[in-house]
Amino acid sequence: MSMAMRSTTSSRAVQPLLRRGRRRLQHHQQYHANNNVIHPSSNVAVRAFLTASASASAITTATGRRCSYYNNSYCRSIRGNGNNNLAIVGVGVNVNTVKTNASSALRFYSATAALDQQQQQQQQQYYDDDDYDYNDTSNSYSNSNDEATAITATNAAAQEEPNYSSLGSSSKLNLFTAINSAMRTAMQTDPTAIVFGEDVAFGGVFRCSQNLREEFGEERVFNTPLSENGIAGMAIGYASAGGTAVAEIQFADYIFPAFDQIVNEMAKFRYRYNAVSEWQSMELRRSYIACSLWCGESINEDIIIAFISCTLLLTSCVLERSMQVGHGALYHSQSPEAYLAHTPGIVVVMPRGPRCAKGLLLSSIRSKDPVVFLEPKILYRTAVEDVPDADYEIPLGKAEIIRPGSDVTIVGWGAQLRTLQVACELAAKDGISCELIDLRTILPWDIECIARSVKKTGKLVVSHEAPITCGFGAEIVATIQEECFFHLEAPIQRVCGYDTPFGLVFEKHYLPDEKKNLDAIRKVMEYSR
Amino acid sequence: MPRLFKSSETQKATMLVVRSSPLLRRNPIVASSTSTQCCSSQRSSAARASFSSLPHHLARKNNGMVNVFVKSTKVPRPPVVSTAVLGKPKLKNQLKQGWQGNLLIDRSAIRMNDDTAQNSSSHQQPHFSYAGNENIPVTSKLKIVRPGDDVPRGIWPAFRMMDEQGTFLPTDTDNNSATNASLANNSSNNITPEKYDLSQLQSILTYQYPHFTNEIQSSALLTPSKHDYPDTHSTNTLLRAHRQMIRLRKMDTILHNAQRQGRISFYMTHHGEEAIHMGSASALQPQDYIFAQYREAGLLMWRGFTLEQFCNQCFSNDLDLGKGRQMPVHYGCRALNYQTISSPLGTQITQAVGAAYKFKLEALALSKPEKKTDKNEAAISIVYFGDGAASTIDFHSGCNFAATLKTPMIFFCRNNGYAISTPTEDQYAGDGIISRAPGYGMAGIRVDGNDIFAVHAAVAEARKLALETSGPVLIEAMTYRQGHHSTSDDSSRYRATEEVQKATVVSDPILRLDRFLKQYGWMDDTATAAVEDEERVAVLRAMEVAEARNKPKIDTMFTDVYHTKPPHLLRQEEALKRHLKKYSIPH
Repeated sequence: MSMAMRSTTSSRAVQPLLRRGRRRLQHHQQYHANNNVIHPSSNVAVRAFLTASASASAITTATGRRCSYYNNSYCRSIRGNGNNNLAIVGVGVNVNTVKTNASSALRFYSATAALDQQQQQQQQQYYDDDDYDYNDTSNSYSNSNDEATAITATNAAAQEEPNYSSLGSSSKLNLFTAINSAMRTAMQTDPTAIVFGEDVAFGGVFRCSQNLREEFGEERVFNTPLSENGIAGMAIGYASAGGTAVAEIQFADYIFPAFDQIVNEMAKFRYRYNAVSEWQSMELRRSYIACSLWCGESINEDIIIAFISCTLLLTSCVLERSMQVGHGALYHSQSPEAYLAHTPGIVVVMPRGPRCAKGLLLSSIRSKDPVVFLEPKILYRTAVEDVPDADYEIPLGKAEIIRPGSDVTIVGWGAQLRTLQVACELAAKDGISCELIDLRTILPWDIECIARSVKKTGKLVVSHEAPITCGFGAEIVATIQEECFFHLEAPIQRVCGYDTPFGLVFEKHYLPDEKKNLDAIRKVMEYSR
Repeated sequence: MPRLFKSSETQKATMLVVRSSPLLRRNPIVASSTSTQCCSSQRSSAARASFSSLPHHLARKNNGMVNVFVKSTKVPRPPVVSTAVLGKPKLKNQLKQGWQGNLLIDRSAIRMNDDTAQNSSSHQQPHFSYAGNENIPVTSKLKIVRPGDDVPRGIWPAFRMMDEQGTFLPTDTDNNSATNASLANNSSNNITPEKYDLSQLQSILTYQYPHFTNEIQSSALLTPSKHDYPDTHSTNTLLRAHRQMIRLRKMDTILHNAQRQGRISFYMTHHGEEAIHMGSASALQPQDYIFAQYREAGLLMWRGFTLEQFCNQCFSNDLDLGKGRQMPVHYGCRALNYQTISSPLGTQITQAVGAAYKFKLEALALSKPEKKTDKNEAAISIVYFGDGAASTIDFHSGCNFAATLKTPMIFFCRNNGYAISTPTEDQYAGDGIISRAPGYGMAGIRVDGNDIFAVHAAVAEARKLALETSGPVLIEAMTYRQGHHSTSDDSSRYRATEEVQKATVVSDPILRLDRFLKQYGWMDDTATAAVEDEERVAVLRAMEVAEARNKPKIDTMFTDVYHTKPPHLLRQEEALKRHLKKYSIPH
């Protein structure tokens, strides 16, 4: 198969991996020997080793009996990413099976009942299988070799990365015009979509909503009184009545009055309200119809049916908000993503540039979950990219590898990616190959993508502008050390803001700039020498 | 509190006592009536002294009515209709014997909106007081004050159709009070349910009270349903309302006791506010979205939520529509357009604005292309909240948003005198909640919340106005929370039991409707007792069934967080299940 070709073309990269593969195998064997546990991952390690040795038949033999396990357990949590650049592509198992299983693992993106059913059956089977080792802690989001099978299955995903080359014409847009374009597209395709917030009517203080009022009317693009909690509450109410609300909050710093609505209402709305949407008993249905009769028969059968089929509660509820470091000092510069990410039920998204922003905003607006969309203010006018004019979506919950590499994994989001790009280039001059990943969706975040990359590189640097303590980087570090414990070759580094408010004159020193990042990259490289 | 009265010997001591006594400070009228009629002279002197030494802000708030009222209680009969009158032992006895509806009413000053009446005879105006609230002047004129209208001077009068005795207020132009009273009196003797149905009652009432013609004729409560109600197997809307109020009362009592026995974790009763629930629910259309706080279960009941469903929720069993996720009383039902309750106060207010905005766009056919909304399908949203929640940021935002964005909706404030233990005087300084309506530029009306007919008429009128003008209407219903705030609360620690008893005996909404029905021969003590018994049995049965059921499956713990489970939740779910299996933990 393509095995031989891939292994020859990537032989340079294979060598260090082989070395590490052996080392890890020893780790695994020792660990499991100590614990008197034999579990699939030891087979996986064998597989990784053998795959690198380009012995396809040996893989089949080695994996043999456990094959179905891998498919069920590992692939369940694997969501493919089209931009993988991996040295090893594992084959040797039944590709068709893998595809099916992997696609059913993509629950987050595939909502069809059929897939869910399939998933449930598999899961049931999974639990019924006594042969499975329930103590297996290394049954993780990603595994050094199962990533390979996932890649094969990527294309079976319900939502894929857009293929920009096939999207037709594009325009040079900066961030605010890209946001504007996304909102226009959303309003054209969804007649219930409204855009509102402070100063939205005249085009917004950042010009994101310019000309929308002229195009869609003053009822759909309008100002609200100055009250963030009012804006958030209204968005929730509008969405709960079946509409699509795009509510804008001018500065992330001013989101805090709306926290009650976001944390207690928006995030829990489905959990407490959509739950009761199902017609659990005929009794209820009967009484409802009776109710419509009692109240003067003003409601017709169509409406009742409409209520029955109305399954979407929060069609979408997007809080857009501009944020992050510019020249705003204490109250125009904060990055509150970590506060938000501590709230189960909402999706937190942050784009790194115009093209990414349009696709992410469109999928946010169309998402069935409430989304908080953070727009890096500093990028509004600085970054210019070719943004397709067409309607395209970028899947939520997926990170993107924007610069493949083999030595260190660098993770960031939002405007910080620009700094990290520079740091990666500086590191390249030292001969360090950095793999730069844009997290894009902060909640729920793409654990699998990061874990896979770290298992490859063995080193991780996380960077964000928000203060370091309890910043979202802490969550990434904690998860990755658990996922990739045997693969880590250096302590994970966090390059973040300090635990102080953001003073105007100290901006330069506060920021986790490229030099601080480069320093961290060099530091982790020293460990593995 | 009573203990404080006894200790007062000197006037100085009295002043201190009065200032620290919520009962007297907030409700001088109650104190005055007790002082003159049925209580000890010691208490009487304390009360009298209190009025001359009232704090300045209270005197201003009451517009001088306090002193005036002390005078008016000394006026010989016929007395003013108020709780003060009903405090008399003789009248209480009369109530026990069955109210005959022949109380003489000073009708010269019923219409508060009439400026001349207000100015010339304010000392004779009828008031009502639910102990938790100030003396509220009464009006029989249903008038929603719209932006630009003259705002009532002094305390906003409350619209009322039926007094505490269950008799409709007579017209102020009719000076011969005997006619109506005697007719009512006669009717109780002569007219029996077999002789006339609900539509005929509607006609009789229209004849008796021509000044209420609009309210009576348009009242859905007084209009029979075209089909039998499935729960009562009859078309009589009014009797259904009566029965449901009793059902709610019984359900509250029984579930409250169940909590005391440790069978459910928590409960909140609706005692004393049943007229608000049934009165407003019957005035709404099924497509209207209800955003409730937590003391509005009656609305769900009216819309068809069954006792079993209430009990399923309270017992968190597998049939609970909320999948056992929330504390008891956090009901919700999408099918009945009743948003699920959340505990944080006031958050529902701004949400109701959002939903109303959606309905506004639908009415404009902006968000429903190709389909112009039928006038009958037009929906509003109605949001309920208490006097405490009206202090939240969301109330302000919500009112301001709704008035500015012109959303068709009703803000319904249940002013029951207390936010847990905080009395209204510690909650706000102005004239209740209603006085804020003109400030926001929205229409408003104050209503007697224990008068089911008045609540119904006000909500129906407000709904009409909201749709016509595409704007919000604020309704403040004056009522009294007879029960504790919740099962975690003991209200005897902050309010006098006699205050509660007074409200229970005098102004209870169920008793009031009961008295009305008795006048027209539709209910008597036996019939009411029979209804109570039936409902008690029904609740007990529903509770037993609900209690016996299993808890929801563990699978529901991880669903509905997101539309589809993201990988980290899948993994956490698997981990939990593995753990439960490994240690054989029942689930």
